[in-house]
Amino acid sequence: MINDVMYRFKKVNVWGFLKNNSAFASVALLFIFASIRYKDSFFTYSYIGNLFRQVSMIGLVAIGMTFVILAGAIDLSVGSTVAVAAVTTAYFSNINIFLALTVPIVLGVIIGIINGFIVSKLEIPPFIATLAMMMCLRGLIYIFTGISTVSVNDNAIPILFMGRGYILSYIPFPALIFIAVTIIVIFVSKMTSFGRNVYAVGGNEEASIMMGLNANRTKIICYMINGGLAALAGIILAGRLGAGQPVSGEGWEMDAIAATAIGGALLTGGVGNFSGTFFGVLIIGLINSIINLQGNLNSYWQKIIMGGLLLFVIMLQYFTGRKKINKI
Amino acid sequence: MGRVLSKKEQGSHNNFDAFHFLQKYGSLLLFFTLIIANVLFTNNFLKLSSLWNMLLQVFPVMLISMGITLVIATGGIDISVGSTMALVSMVVTKLIIQQNMSIAPAIVIAITIGLSYGMFNGFFISKFKIQPIIVTLILMIAGRGIAQVLNNGVIISFYNNDFANLGVYRIGGVVPVQTVIMLIVITATYFIVSKTVLGVYIEAVGDNKNAAVLSGINEVLTIIFVYVFCSLLVGVASVFETSRLCSADPNNIGKLIELDCIAAVAVGGTKMTGGKSKVIGTVIGALIMQLITTTINMNNIQYEFSLVIKSLLIVSVLYIQKEKGRR
Repeated sequence: MINDVMYRFKKVNVWGFLKNNSAFASVALLFIFASIRYKDSFFTYSYIGNLFRQVSMIGLVAIGMTFVILAGAIDLSVGSTVAVAAVTTAYFSNINIFLALTVPIVLGVIIGIINGFIVSKLEIPPFIATLAMMMCLRGLIYIFTGISTVSVNDNAIPILFMGRGYILSYIPFPALIFIAVTIIVIFVSKMTSFGRNVYAVGGNEEASIMMGLNANRTKIICYMINGGLAALAGIILAGRLGAGQPVSGEGWEMDAIAATAIGGALLTGGVGNFSGTFFGVLIIGLINSIINLQGNLNSYWQKIIMGGLLLFVIMLQYFTGRKKINKI
Repeated sequence: MGRVLSKKEQGSHNNFDAFHFLQKYGSLLLFFTLIIANVLFTNNFLKLSSLWNMLLQVFPVMLISMGITLVIATGGIDISVGSTMALVSMVVTKLIIQQNMSIAPAIVIAITIGLSYGMFNGFFISKFKIQPIIVTLILMIAGRGIAQVLNNGVIISFYNNDFANLGVYRIGGVVPVQTVIMLIVITATYFIVSKTVLGVYIEAVGDNKNAAVLSGINEVLTIIFVYVFCSLLVGVASVFETSRLCSADPNNIGKLIELDCIAAVAVGGTKMTGGKSKVIGTVIGALIMQLITTTINMNNIQYEFSLVIKSLLIVSVLYIQKEKGRR
């Protein structure tokens, strides 16, 4: 009996836990640090709620990106997709609320299908294909809007609510969307055959094809989800700002990729999970808040700290036994 | 090759295979088409001044693309070049304008500091076997942050001093100095790739890392070399761009230039998976990208159209060239 208990204690392996949950551990550390250091200015409902609201948009993009990265591809066009969705939402908010909420999502999904088609059927390297899509979309938005901001109609309450609203007067609506989407994708990735297919295709595409999986279809669906989620982020952004800006979303693709990598996913595909990405997004948000609360650091330090953290996480993975995977 | 040709293959030698031709010379054909179209339809295109302007504009992309060609040939990628550009630009301007250092040592120091980014990339990629895109992503994010922190993100401008004259210096009053540097760099890169053992090492590492290591190639040094070489070229490009623009803008200089360069390399026919480097192809790729921008600008078309056209072009060129490896 005692031996049994002792055995269980031995199994509590701190190093092993850190290895698998470095993103979660970092979030916990940063959260505790911020709570102690800044006390009441950080540890309040409104501040933490705002933090979640801020990260929710980049979070949705990062979750979509995780799908694509798990399938062994990458998507640089999400930033432009966000802008397309934001501008479309703002444009349709003056015409019809229902269209304003659906058209951007449909557009995002179509963009995803095109990306997936170019990558899987035309076999153009994902990095280049989505880079082209990024440039193309940005150019098209600039042409159609004349690089001027489109404002959201003040009567379009549902859209504004998407960005600014509260549920139960405490929980910001975007945060709720972000958390709900995270839970759904964790379920999809673990419990559905599609979720397992994504890992299989990303891990070894040829093997997965030989096992009879339709790798192309899996990839296209990943890009579709990614496009749809980026569009959702665009709608929230338009609601939050009360306007659709053609320049919005620039550089988001890199933040999303960084969040995914901090969350423990390998950019070669097949390894990673969505809870990791969730915490990776929170880390970026927490670092931003800490820098804001500190006050005497300018915002450029955020980039340096984020880069340092990314390096730290990668090295942690290396030294805790991910060498073999990295070598392939 | 001592291979016996099948009847079908022999037959195809006699017929003109349009698709095959397009695959092989597609980018060259496009290049000349663009030039001829411009000669016919664009006013003032045939003037010498527009040639110099074009070469001045393509200068940074051309130089960095040379470095990235080698990086991609080893199977890597470098998306940190924009940040390296920002760092070198900041350091050189700070040294010359704020510390009153003379130009030559300041440029040398700044470029040397820029090399540290290349060292960082090469070291982590080769020693720790971390994916190139992650390592260079780290520097892409943090590297620009460092450049911005140096002067709190404020642009430093300067006029009428020797450094400002460097970027607009014309040899014999005619040829921009950048043109000569561009020629030297292209020749040097071509020489490295085709005439030295290092070139063989670079392609061997990109083709099959394990085989390269087993045959005694120092993979670590080879990879470090390509990234340092890339950052060296970025440093040179950055110094001249800063001097030509008369300002060091840490927020915007070199932003998204990595994408232009990678596109130029891809259009030039270098495979993204590594193992082959096509220096001359990259030169043509970079020139095509610039020609499109110039065409759009000189014909008074909105700049944004060039983004759309470039993106469609990249996809179609890659699609046509893709089949080549398979046959």
